[in-house]
Amino acid sequence: MPNKTDYYIPAKFFVERDHDRCIRCQACVRQCPYEATFYDAIDDKITNIHANCVNCKRCEFICPTDCITVIEHRSKFVKNHTWPDDLIENVYEQASFGGIKLTGMGCDKKYPVYFDHILLNASQVTNPSIDPLREPMELRTFIGRKPEKLEFDKHGKLATKTHPQIELATPLMFGAMSLGSISYNAFKTLALAASKLGTASNTGEGGLHADFYPYGKTIIVQCASGRFGVSAEYLNAGAAVEIKVGQGAKPGIGGHLPGEKVDTLISTTRMIPEGTDAISPAPHHDIYSIEDLKQLIDALKEATEFKKPVGVKIAAVHNVAAIASGIVRAGADFVTIDGFRGGTGAAPWQTRNNVGIPIELAIAQVDTRLRDEGIRHLASVIAAGSIRQSSDLMKIIALGADAAYIGTAALMTMGCTLCQTCYTGRCAWGITTQNPYLTKRLNPERCSERLINLVKAWSHEMKEMLGGMGLNSIESLRGNRLHLRGVGLTDTDLDILGILPAGRQ
Amino acid sequence: MDCRLCEVGCIIEHSPIKDIIKAFKDKPKAKTPDSAAKRAAAFGVSPNRGMLSRTIVEANGPLQLSAMCRHCDKPECLHACITGAISKKADGRVIIDPKRCVACWSCIMACHWGVIERNEGEGVKHSHKCDLCPDRETPACVDICPNSALLYEER
Repeated sequence: MPNKTDYYIPAKFFVERDHDRCIRCQACVRQCPYEATFYDAIDDKITNIHANCVNCKRCEFICPTDCITVIEHRSKFVKNHTWPDDLIENVYEQASFGGIKLTGMGCDKKYPVYFDHILLNASQVTNPSIDPLREPMELRTFIGRKPEKLEFDKHGKLATKTHPQIELATPLMFGAMSLGSISYNAFKTLALAASKLGTASNTGEGGLHADFYPYGKTIIVQCASGRFGVSAEYLNAGAAVEIKVGQGAKPGIGGHLPGEKVDTLISTTRMIPEGTDAISPAPHHDIYSIEDLKQLIDALKEATEFKKPVGVKIAAVHNVAAIASGIVRAGADFVTIDGFRGGTGAAPWQTRNNVGIPIELAIAQVDTRLRDEGIRHLASVIAAGSIRQSSDLMKIIALGADAAYIGTAALMTMGCTLCQTCYTGRCAWGITTQNPYLTKRLNPERCSERLINLVKAWSHEMKEMLGGMGLNSIESLRGNRLHLRGVGLTDTDLDILGILPAGRQ
Repeated sequence: MDCRLCEVGCIIEHSPIKDIIKAFKDKPKAKTPDSAAKRAAAFGVSPNRGMLSRTIVEANGPLQLSAMCRHCDKPECLHACITGAISKKADGRVIIDPKRCVACWSCIMACHWGVIERNEGEGVKHSHKCDLCPDRETPACVDICPNSALLYEER
């Protein structure tokens, strides 16, 4: 670390400790991976280096006497709307280190959250609402290419040849997080929960470890620009294949897993030498056009014997609708759109905070464009990036998505507190780290139960809301924007979202 | 994961008043500074304020485990005991009666698991081990474990 005089950043957090309640069990000292908590044997007292604290709340969680409170540090720079504290700190940091400032998780800046400006409808006298506890309510969702029309033979049997589909018990899947960006135990939690729930998890770009092949029926395998761990066996192990072109948190940027993290586990899964950096290039070096993309889609379909849907994931960027149209025409069975608030293990701070567009606008535009062109049925649309609650999921489905990925919310069931330090590889909760001392803090059996609880709770809530609208199937809500009204939005916003303002019939 | 809350839970449960602050702050009569300090030196663990837990977290790199009495079907400690202070109850628990224990430490030598401790303090000197928390349905260490690493089941 440089001399303090050329590296002065005031502490962001302050660890308050009630010394009367502290029993000096030192659980907090042993649990802090950021070297912010120490035991002073001379005074028999626990002390903190506040500047090292990232407010991950692990010590608060573990303290048996609840004597710790992590608060925002009182020390601030002179209040300045042009220069908020984080921008000042950024200049200091970059002046000291001369590198790109990294961060983790999704964009935390104060951009409008359109979900919070959209309201759902409910039935009253003229059309009855439905009680989901008494009547069947369908959340089942199929992801994949749908036929233009269905034909039946004389006996009433289906004559149309259908395309491969993934069946989801609820329109909610777990977002792409690779083994490497998250720990083995975190990956296992997602795989376990998805298989028990009948939905799907996603390998991310880091390949599929041999231990997870048994869960393959509920895993979407990803093929990204680094092609890590991609083999014929891998492609056929999953329920579907997703070509990752972009990620919402860092559109236009590749990935970099530092060599120190590439241990035996990661090395065998990614099929790269131990200790080497795992670099995903920003573009796929064999995709420079929609025609190139079509070649890869066709190759992957051939490799999986046309038995599995093949989709493409892109970040929500300014011309997302046109790109999505091209992707569908290239033969993708599903298109995943990742909004700019989507999470990440590591992204340049500037990119995360300033690149991309909100998922609500992107999905509305993609759905409209595909409908206008008459190709909406050719691919399912999956939304990702900042689905925070069941009503967000309802709204994004009503805006035109078939299903959604949750990433951040899924990690929160494992303890994630959104401290945004995933990129340090020192996650105190054992999620985004490969350190064996830390990864064992995550118990996959226990956490997968919590994740299952979350998805079940959201599904119940969705059924309640669907029933309230007088619908008995999520299919009836899909793209049904008449069930949405905007509040506090401009005419342009409403036009892009394709919804009416609240109060207008 | 080396938080050692099982040790804390054990000390609370076996304190006179089962309150965490009182258990650690009030100087307990059954305090055993010598053996606890020795153990701390041997395992490199915190002495837990000079109090003796009946379970001990042992660590070898990232492998950490909380070791407590296995309540064996054929307890070697029981056979080794020279005064009959150790008994096996009908429910399977292996219990040390501190009143009959003469502190010969034969049980400590006999135990395969190394989970019996010397309890040596002011006016106290006897063997000391897990009693499966007679006042609770599940032992305190199992209940306090934040990662469900400890499970209570019959084998």
